[in-house]
Amino acid sequence: MLYFSKLRVFSVLIFTLIFSYFTLSNFIKVDDEYFSKNIKLGLDLQGGSYLLLEIDNKPVVTQKLQSKLLELKRYFKEQKIILKNFTIDQNSILFESNNENVDKVKNILDDDKSEINQYFQQYKSHQFDFIEDNNIFKLTLSNYGLVLLKNSSLDQAIEIVRRRIDEIGTNEPNILKRGNDRILVELPGLDDPGRIKSLLGKTANLTFQFITQSSEESFGTEKLMFEDSTEEAIVSKRIILSGDNLVDAKPTMDTQTNETVVSFSLDRVGAKKFGKATSTGVGKRLAIILDGKIISAPNVQEPIIGGSGQISGDFTFQSATDLALLLRSGALPAPLNIIEERTVGPDLGQDSIDAGILSLIIGFSLVVLFMVYKYKIFGIIANLALISNLFLLIGVLTLFEATLTLPGIAGIILTVGMAVDANVLIFERIKEEVKNEKNYIIAFDSGYTKSRTTILDANITTLIAAFILFFMGSGPIKGFSITLGVGILTTLFSVYFIARLFTAFFVIKNKNKERII
Amino acid sequence: MKIIKFNNFYRQFNIISLILIIISLILLLFKGLNYGVDFKGGTLIELRVDPGSSKISLIRDSFNQMNLGDVSVKNFGNETDYIVKFEKQNSNDPKFIDNIKQKLSNSVGNVDFRRVENVGPKVSAELLRSGIIAIGLSLAAMLIYIWIRFEWQFSLAAIIALFHDVIITLGIFSFFSLEINLSIVAAVLTIVGYSMNDTVVIFDRVRENLKKYSDIKIFELTNISINETLSRTIITSITTLLALFSIYIFGGEILKGFSLAMILGVIFGTYSSIYIANPILVMLKVSQKTIIKEEEN
Repeated sequence: MLYFSKLRVFSVLIFTLIFSYFTLSNFIKVDDEYFSKNIKLGLDLQGGSYLLLEIDNKPVVTQKLQSKLLELKRYFKEQKIILKNFTIDQNSILFESNNENVDKVKNILDDDKSEINQYFQQYKSHQFDFIEDNNIFKLTLSNYGLVLLKNSSLDQAIEIVRRRIDEIGTNEPNILKRGNDRILVELPGLDDPGRIKSLLGKTANLTFQFITQSSEESFGTEKLMFEDSTEEAIVSKRIILSGDNLVDAKPTMDTQTNETVVSFSLDRVGAKKFGKATSTGVGKRLAIILDGKIISAPNVQEPIIGGSGQISGDFTFQSATDLALLLRSGALPAPLNIIEERTVGPDLGQDSIDAGILSLIIGFSLVVLFMVYKYKIFGIIANLALISNLFLLIGVLTLFEATLTLPGIAGIILTVGMAVDANVLIFERIKEEVKNEKNYIIAFDSGYTKSRTTILDANITTLIAAFILFFMGSGPIKGFSITLGVGILTTLFSVYFIARLFTAFFVIKNKNKERII
Repeated sequence: MKIIKFNNFYRQFNIISLILIIISLILLLFKGLNYGVDFKGGTLIELRVDPGSSKISLIRDSFNQMNLGDVSVKNFGNETDYIVKFEKQNSNDPKFIDNIKQKLSNSVGNVDFRRVENVGPKVSAELLRSGIIAIGLSLAAMLIYIWIRFEWQFSLAAIIALFHDVIITLGIFSFFSLEINLSIVAAVLTIVGYSMNDTVVIFDRVRENLKKYSDIKIFELTNISINETLSRTIITSITTLLALFSIYIFGGEILKGFSLAMILGVIFGTYSSIYIANPILVMLKVSQKTIIKEEEN
């Protein structure tokens, strides 16, 4: 029916005004936390860095296998079950049993309540699967155990990444989990991610170990390189102290040598350990090792009991600051690899916004002019619908604080081009109806009714495409799918509520004219 | 209103389309697509130098000396902007980009890196896979939707028209070695939506006319339906193309590929709704019985 109740007219008006308000709030500054909302600009428009990090879980898995191996060894020894040839081969633990013990070992490994299967009591699933062949046992992490292990190392890593980024103080970083081994980092406004990349690329495993006197590598020692030279040293594998015991670290100036150093303070446990080790080790060289490389190896002159100390090693102020930051924020559970990086400078972002707005204005004007040329007064009605559509679309995006990207702007312009389609379908249908029906009101009404299924079908197909893009796409493309999808909904609203309202007013007023469309 | 006899040319245009599809398939199979860093992996740098004489050969030489694998240098929009692409990506070396910038500014002078994209091989393989899945999924979704709304003959015809548009658009991208990146996938999906939209409008009319006239053969009926919806088809294509051309011309270099793909898609989508989808209905001998039988079920 071409009749609109007052209530309906009123609600359409209110609805449109509310969203138009949100559209305008992007351009006008309002001091009100509820009503002043802004469209978020994507990194491609405001400039910034996008990094995708992948955690390399191999060390975590190896560590898990090693600790499990020790646990098994200890347990079976206690049970007086003799097993031999404990080894770790790639992703599994191997050991051999004699004939009589095989079934016993199997039962223990299978037993849900066994001391070595504490994992089961918590998660109702085994952490390790095992197979036995010819008395040789092979234990491998179960799928569930692996997922859980990866998740916990990812959670730790995210926490450390967040701390490191917060320490640098970039504005509104976005740090998200992706799958079970990836971290997505978005850093708006950052156009040179070099420093962040070098900070995130370091595991920052700090240990203090003594350098041994012997010149040959043997059991319990390892050969390590110095950070800034090709020199090597044999260090004891015994870890005196690790970064876990650090409570603070900061760059300072050593007043005696005029060198930049990193001074640190230890927690109580660490201070005790450090004091004990340094008092027995006076005269030895203590290697300070970061990620498997020796930063420096000073001689222990006297016991260090105060729980603080300093690391020297040819630092610039910048590198000392970064090392202190890494030590403060803690070590990553496993190394992170940067597998994708996208950086847009702020001036390119601004250029993109300018180009986007220019093409929106031009595209919009061309469509508006064409519609007036083609449909005269009904063209103006379609254009009113188009303008309110644009306000609704931007208003909805603003209200939900959607992220606007460059493809998103393209989606808005495309919506402008395709939005008139529904009105065109209706007007063309009305033209046909008018040929057979002399009562304009009935002709217009059936024009609307008969074109409805077509319009719905046609728009649903585009909506399906937008949905799939939303779920499959990433970043900028997601922005496109949002504007395209929301654009279809606002188009339908503007056509059926706004344009139809104007059409009804016009037709009722001019129903006795000769030719109105 | 004058009736245009579209149906007199069904055969001729079908042959042309078939030839275009075969050429496109041959191109896609043997020449392949020019994948950008999104899908191939590697590094892309958009850089700006100080205005002056063209520095393209200087930039090219400088990059070639850096051992980065295959390097391509292209002008991008105006003469101070360039796009450099190379295979090597080493985002784990935090100094990688800084070093390149350093070396480049030694030979070219002031350089501003406006955009850097660095995509590892694993990510690019995943992006390519999810792009293909997205396109496949959207085609399947359209097929199902049309199947629910219409009869299978219509669904089949619409899907063949869609394949036609997607294959020829990709074929043109292959022929001109235009870059395929993430935004092209978005464009292809939108083309799928648009082309479907266009086909549905005509099909709706065909179905309506099938109910109305029992004595008119489908060959004539499709032509009547095309003519009845023709002015809508033209007007909507024009407004959509107006919007797309304004993106193509004024929307900046980054959106050029996207808008070009869309423009091609809209043109082929409009054409295929008339000359692919309808002749297939004729071939499948759709008649009043087809839809009435469906409704009885």
